[in-house]
This record gives sequence, structure tokens and C-alpha cells, in this order.
Amino acid sequence: MSEITNLTAKEINAGLVSKKFKATEVMQAFLSQIESHDGELNAFISLNEKAMDQAQAVDQKLAKGEDIGILGGVPVAVKDMLCTNGLKTTAGSKMLENFIPPYSATVVNRLEKSGAIVIGKCNQDEFAMGSSNETSFFGNCKNPWNTEFVPGGSSGGSAAAVAARMAPISIGTDTGGSIRQPASFCGVVGVKPTYGRVSRYGIVAFASSLDQAGPLSRTIEDSSLVLESICGYDEFDSTTSKEKVESWSSSTENVSLKGLKVGLPKEYFQDSIDPDVEKAVESAKKNLESMGCEFVEVSIPHTKYSVPIYYIIATSEASSNLARYDGVRFGHRSNFSEKPAADLLDFYCRNRGEGFGAEVKRRISLGTFTLSSGYYDAYYNKACQVRNLLRQDFVSAFKQCDVILSPVTTTPAFKIGERISDPITMYKNDIFTTSTNLAGLPGLSLPTSLSKDGLPIGIQLTASHFEETKLLGVARALEKMTSFEGRPSNV
Amino acid sequence: MYNDWEPVIGLEIHAQLNTESKIFSNDSTSFGNGDNQNVSPVSLGMPGALPVVNKKVIENSIRTGLALNCQIRNKSVFSRKNYFYPDLPKGYQISQFDEPICEHGFVEFNLDGKTKRIGITRAHMEEDAGKSTHHGDYTLINLNRAGVPLLEIVSEPEIKTPAEAAEYARTVRQILRFLEVCDGNLEEGSLRCDCNVSVMKKGAKEFGTKVEIKNINSFRFVEKAIEYEISRQIEVIESGGEIFQETRLFDSTKNKTYAMRKKEQAHDYRYFPDPDLLPVVFKQEWVEEIKKSLPELPRDMAARFQSEYNIPEYDALVLTQEKELASFFEDVAKLSKNPKSASNWVMVELQRELNEQKLDISQSPVSSKRLAKLIELIDTKVISGKIAKTVFALLLKEDKDPDVIVKEQGLVQITDSGAIEKMVDDVIAASPNQVEQYRGGKDKLFGYFVGQIMKASKGQANPEMINKLLKEKLKG
Repeated sequence: MSEITNLTAKEINAGLVSKKFKATEVMQAFLSQIESHDGELNAFISLNEKAMDQAQAVDQKLAKGEDIGILGGVPVAVKDMLCTNGLKTTAGSKMLENFIPPYSATVVNRLEKSGAIVIGKCNQDEFAMGSSNETSFFGNCKNPWNTEFVPGGSSGGSAAAVAARMAPISIGTDTGGSIRQPASFCGVVGVKPTYGRVSRYGIVAFASSLDQAGPLSRTIEDSSLVLESICGYDEFDSTTSKEKVESWSSSTENVSLKGLKVGLPKEYFQDSIDPDVEKAVESAKKNLESMGCEFVEVSIPHTKYSVPIYYIIATSEASSNLARYDGVRFGHRSNFSEKPAADLLDFYCRNRGEGFGAEVKRRISLGTFTLSSGYYDAYYNKACQVRNLLRQDFVSAFKQCDVILSPVTTTPAFKIGERISDPITMYKNDIFTTSTNLAGLPGLSLPTSLSKDGLPIGIQLTASHFEETKLLGVARALEKMTSFEGRPSNV
Repeated sequence: MYNDWEPVIGLEIHAQLNTESKIFSNDSTSFGNGDNQNVSPVSLGMPGALPVVNKKVIENSIRTGLALNCQIRNKSVFSRKNYFYPDLPKGYQISQFDEPICEHGFVEFNLDGKTKRIGITRAHMEEDAGKSTHHGDYTLINLNRAGVPLLEIVSEPEIKTPAEAAEYARTVRQILRFLEVCDGNLEEGSLRCDCNVSVMKKGAKEFGTKVEIKNINSFRFVEKAIEYEISRQIEVIESGGEIFQETRLFDSTKNKTYAMRKKEQAHDYRYFPDPDLLPVVFKQEWVEEIKKSLPELPRDMAARFQSEYNIPEYDALVLTQEKELASFFEDVAKLSKNPKSASNWVMVELQRELNEQKLDISQSPVSSKRLAKLIELIDTKVISGKIAKTVFALLLKEDKDPDVIVKEQGLVQITDSGAIEKMVDDVIAASPNQVEQYRGGKDKLFGYFVGQIMKASKGQANPEMINKLLKEKLKG
């Protein structure tokens, strides 16, 4: 069975169609893997009890010779930010500890339409607010490469699940790096599509103008496959784009990189970067060069503002997005039969005070402040203006290059507990990833090497708006050149 | 009027736009459904639910804006108004803040024989909240109304009297009903009217502290509430007190306003553009298209009635109060070819009957066709005006054409001069005393003779012929 869990989504789907194995066998293999390893890793918050039934339905389809879809029979682990009809969706919070949505996110519906089966819901930082998975109400998820280390966040569970072969593919959400950073820490591929590519309908909102769901997988091909399934206009999300969705899993195969211009933003290489991370970028550069890429220095002058404006915009939107968790219609409600509420304010304060964790409260407070009258212009409005300048920086840069190469983070995964009491250091970790969200660009993390401590390191590629074809094409070519052995020894 | 005090009044009218689905979801807006039946994840503010704007709401807002002489913004923005309340599912209301769809308009109406113009600051789109009902120690929430589209029409603070405020509100309602974008029902809450009132010394440059009055469900109460509030404020200030910025509710049984909450702190709604919705952007051509499709508006229609049908301004204004009434009148006027008479019948006889039976013109028991026929019967002298009233009374009860009723009841006017002459002779012969007095100069008795003859003819004798013959015979 261990053989099946080492297969890619593409291989699983092909194996099912060619009747090498059954969907139920596939599901059983991954469930066993979860059974053996998730007790320690804690990548899942809950499992889909109907997963085996759904696998059976795929087998029946296969028996009748029916089409099972491009992801037919493939288990997919889904971050607990995405609503799944009838299946608990917690957003990693006590607030939604027992919340069972009456509807599914568009992404989930589309995955299921492509034949994928939700195997379980992944652990994450509470309401996606964190970079280490330590803010989860359900305990932190651990890095499969070394359980003393964080898997990254906020989509830590989604990254760990794929790295530990508990699912071939998973879905994460990325507001400031929450797919790419854990993908890098766990040694898997993680793609954040262009803002507007993927519907946000049914995904618990953190920061609406930045949130974007995307795939995590072990290969670029698998991520491309998932993107084909989930991207595209959705009438339930006004911010989705009608831009054409390509068959990326085939169109990005064998792309020639000859003459392709790769940009290196000079501002990105000024901060203190871990030597292992620097080496990873260097080696990616060499590989790209050997395939005929040309390197150009580009400038993103407003880079130094990206983390501050990210934290203003994200927390402002979050303070409003999280107002709906008031204990009135769903979610955590304090024990009022034991101690009645003094008044309406007390009702809110107790529900929200008990339901939210420290990091969420910190961000709600920050965002409430930056939107309040008298401060709005100095903070929120100013941040939006700088955001436009930053976006302009990228528009100019992409006139000189096709993709931008950079580190994902300044360091590989850090130890659990190491930074949790120092939010500023934790926030600074997002320096290379937040600009992508602020500018609405597509970006990905591709695992390329291991650090001296044996922890994975990824490199980040960023492309211009809606240039996923180029982005995935370059990444796929680079993937072929790297010798990254992507399996943690203990799983 | 208020000695040396000058009231400053502004109105905020919330009009529910009568679309079939809500402003940001396809949930029904229908009233009849049970509690919390018209709710999807969007109306419930479920995690991950997103708003998508209903195009019809934008169209109806443009339509209304144009009718209110507003400038229409080709790019307007939805913003979030953040505040906590149990019947506000998302913890914010999606509204418009600094870039509303309609701005800088005005309406005109007649008051005390003069034309009055009141400016409209803005009209913006927003979603309604749900409804809370309090039951002792618990509260129930019905979210059917959450997300119902509203257009908030804000007047300039340039209304000077309570009567003006009420008339302004009536005019806005009349326009909304002509446009068929809002049913204007105050009791059901599809039109809500909040009044901002303050007073200042005459000629002062700065407004006094304003008070907002809510919970007013008729235009008569708009007038009463403002009237009370002005006197209250003047009294408070004159006795050395202070007016607090607060929300007051109107109690129509006591004709008083009272504070809803004591001295509320200034709200900080933390407005910011809703990142879930793109700015509402449309081409000017669409606005032009909508402009072309606007129906004739009440004041234009009244002016046309005056010139086309040659009826007095008063009649024209009364008849154009409701679109259906106006169109009923027009039908009668055209069919009967006697607009003046049509106007009288519709405004007086029919309207009285409708008021008594509490009916709407659309439920009129007499059709415009039959009323026109009735007028025609008078004009062709088949029946007298007096008999016409009898026929009208029968029309209300029976589903028959007026000429059929006249025939069946034998109500055709007597125009046979021989027959009338005989009746005149008989009455004169039977009233020697009265004849003597009349001939002695008591002219008033003429009416007595007419009455007697009418009685004898059961009202069917042609009155003009009676007059003519009677005059001749009484000369002696």
C-alpha cells in the first residue's frame, strides 16, 4: 500500500482508469497512512466519514465504463477554511469548533465535479492568522521532516498532509504566503493563483482582497491539474475573472526556457537571508541559466512597505470579516444558562472573548484601530495607496522580465515555540510572500533542496497577472532539473 | 410661527425597491413566507458567503435618481458600515458611503398655492437588516428582510415646516409609486421616514444640535412628530436646557417623541469599500436608455391634464396623486369626451364611494367605461344629472351597463312637451295659494313648483323644459 501513497494524483487517476487498482484501495491506503502518522503530525482536524463510500461510487462508475473526471478517485485534503456541506469546518478556531456548514465552497464543488474525494479537513492557524500553525485551537501541526519544527502556516496541515503522503494533493488558502511558505517548509509544491482566478465563495474570509485558494502537491503537474479544476469565473463571487482557464497539466509540459527573462528584484537580496536559502536560489539560478534563461535585475522600490501595509490591509478587512462570529446564529456561544448575559455587549464580549484566540484578537484589534475615524486616512487609506504603488512596481518589473525568482522566506522552518511570543519577527518572515498578494499576482513555491539541518527549502517564482501558463511552465522545467528527494525519512 | 426660532428639517426616506430577489443574493423578497424562509448562506451571513449585486436594484436606483432630478454616478462604490446588532447577520451593513449612485437632485410640490422645491443630497443603495422581536427575557430574529434592497433618499436640511416635510415625503412616495419601484407602504415598512430636526435662532449661521425621529408610520404623523419636536426643543433651550444628539421615537397615541437611548456616543461605523464587491460601473448609454423609458411623472402629468383636458389645477393635482387614478380619469375623459364632467365624477362621486368602502381605484366597482357611458347619457339628455346619481348608485351594486339600468328601471328622461305641460298645469291648479304669493313677488317659490313637478315625474322630466314652461305659465 505504501506504493499507492507515493503516487501522484495524475498517476492515481491513470491507474484507476487502467484498472491497476481500485478507488477504494487508494482511499484505504491514504487513510492507513493518516492512521499511522497523523497522531503525531496533527495535520487533520477531521476526516470525511463518507470518503470510502465516495470511493466506492467511483469504482462503480469505472465498472460501468463511465468517465470519472480528471481527478476521479483522487483523495484531496482540504484546509478547514473551506466550507464542506455536512462536514465540520472550523477555520482552526474554537469559535467554529462545532460548525457544520449547510453548503460547500465553489472550490470543493469543482473538485468533486472533477471526481476528487475530500479525505479530510486540514489543520491551520486560527482563521489563517499565523505562519507556523501554532495558533490553531486544535493544537499545532508538526513538520513531517522533523517534528520539532513548524510546518509553516497558515496552511500547515495541507502542506504536512501532502509531504507525509497522507494525501496526494491538498487545498490551502494564501493571504500573505499561507500556501507558499508551508509548501517551502514541508518540501512540496504550493501555488497561489492570480487574485480572481479562484472563487472565494464558501471559503471563510480572512482578508477578502488578498485571499486566494490554491493547490499543494508533490509535482507541478498535479498542481496544474487541480488548478484546471478549480479556476474560473463563479457567479457567486463578483471578484472572479472570466479569463480563460487552460489545460495547464498538458500545456506546461516541455516549455522551452530559451531567451526567457528571469527578474531578480534587488530589494529582495538586501535582508539577511539564511545561507542555505541563498544557496537554494543560487542553484535554481544556475539551473535556469543552463536552460537558456537570461537574468535581469529588476526593482520593486516599495518592497520595504509590503509587510506593514499587508498587516494594515489584512487586519482591517479581517476586523470586519470576523464580525459575523457573534454567537447569534452559529459558532461558539458562552454558557449563558449558567451565568446570564448582563446585556447585549456582555453577550458579544463573552462569545467572542471565549471563541477567539490571542492572535485573532490581536489582529481584530489592530484592524479595528486602522479603520476607525481619525486613523483611517493615516493607516488604511495610506496603505491602499502604497499598495497601488507596489502593484505599479510589479507592472513595470514585468515589462523587463517574464518571471521573478526569489526566496520564499528568509529561513527554513523554525522550531515550534521559537517565535510565537514575538509576533513582529513572525510577521517579518512574510517579506517575500506578502507583495504577491498585495499586487494580486500568481506565485508558487517549488521545493529544491534541503538545509544543513535536513529541512526542505523552496524557491519562489512570481509571474504577471493571469500568466499562470508561463509560471507553471518555468517551474515545471526547473522541477525536472532539481534533484530534490521529496520524502521525509520517517513517513 | 415659532417666534424668533427657525426649525431645520431634513428627511431620510428608506424606500424598499420591489425586486423579486434580494440586493446581494437570489433569496426571495416575498412577504408572505414564514420566518427565516427567505434565507440562503448569504442572508444568514454564513462563513464564506459572498454578495453579488442584483442588477435590477441598480437599474431601479438609476430610474429613481433620474425622476428625482439627480446626477447619476457612472461609478459608485459599496462600503461596509460596521456595527454589531443581532439582526445584522454579518456585523456590517453593505451600503454606500462617499460615492453614492445618485446625488444633487430635487423634488417640487405645491403647498399653500406656491411651488416649493426641496433639494436631495443623495440617494444610495443598501441592504436592509433583519427583524428582532423581543419577548421578555428572549429575542427572536427573522432574517427574511435581511438583504432586501433599500434606496435611502436623503433630503437637504432645507425643509422649514412640518407641513412641508409631510408634503415632501408624500411627493417622494408619489414619484416612487409612479415609477413602480416601491409600493410606498408605510405601515408594512416598505417606506420608512426618519426626520432630522433641529432649531436655531432666526438668521443664525450654524444649525442647532439635531435629533433623529424614527418609527413614524404615516405622513400625518411626520407632521405631528416634527411639530412636537420643534416645540420641545424650543422649550428645552428657552428654559436653559440643552439638546442632545439622540434618536427619538414617535408615540402616535400620545403625539410625543421620546428618547430611544440616552445620550448615545457618536457611532464610528468604520466605513470602508467592501472588498467583496467591485465598484458599480456602467456606461452613460444605459442611463440614457433608462431615462427614455421613464414614465410620465406626476407634475408633468398634472400640467398636461390642465392643458389637454382644460381642468383646474386643483383637479389635475388630485387626479395625479396616484397613477391608477390618473389613468382611470383619462379613460373616462376620453371615452365620454367630457373631461370636466369626468373629473367631477371621478373626484367626487367615485372617490367618496371608494373611501367609504376602503377600496383602491384598481378595485373600483364601476369601470371607467361604464362611468363614461353614464356621462354620455347625461350629455345626450337621455337622463338628467339627478337621475344619473340614482343610476350611479345602481352601478355600484349591479354588474350592468348604465344604459341597461336606465332602460330596465324606466329612468329615461321625459322630453315630451305635452306631457310636461300637463304636469305643470296640474301642479299650478293644485297650488292656488303658492301661485298667488309667487305672482305677488315671492320669486323663491319657483323652486317649490319645480320640486312638485319633479316629484310628479319621478325625477324624469327634463329640468330645462320644466323651467321654460313653468315660467311661461306662472306669468299668468
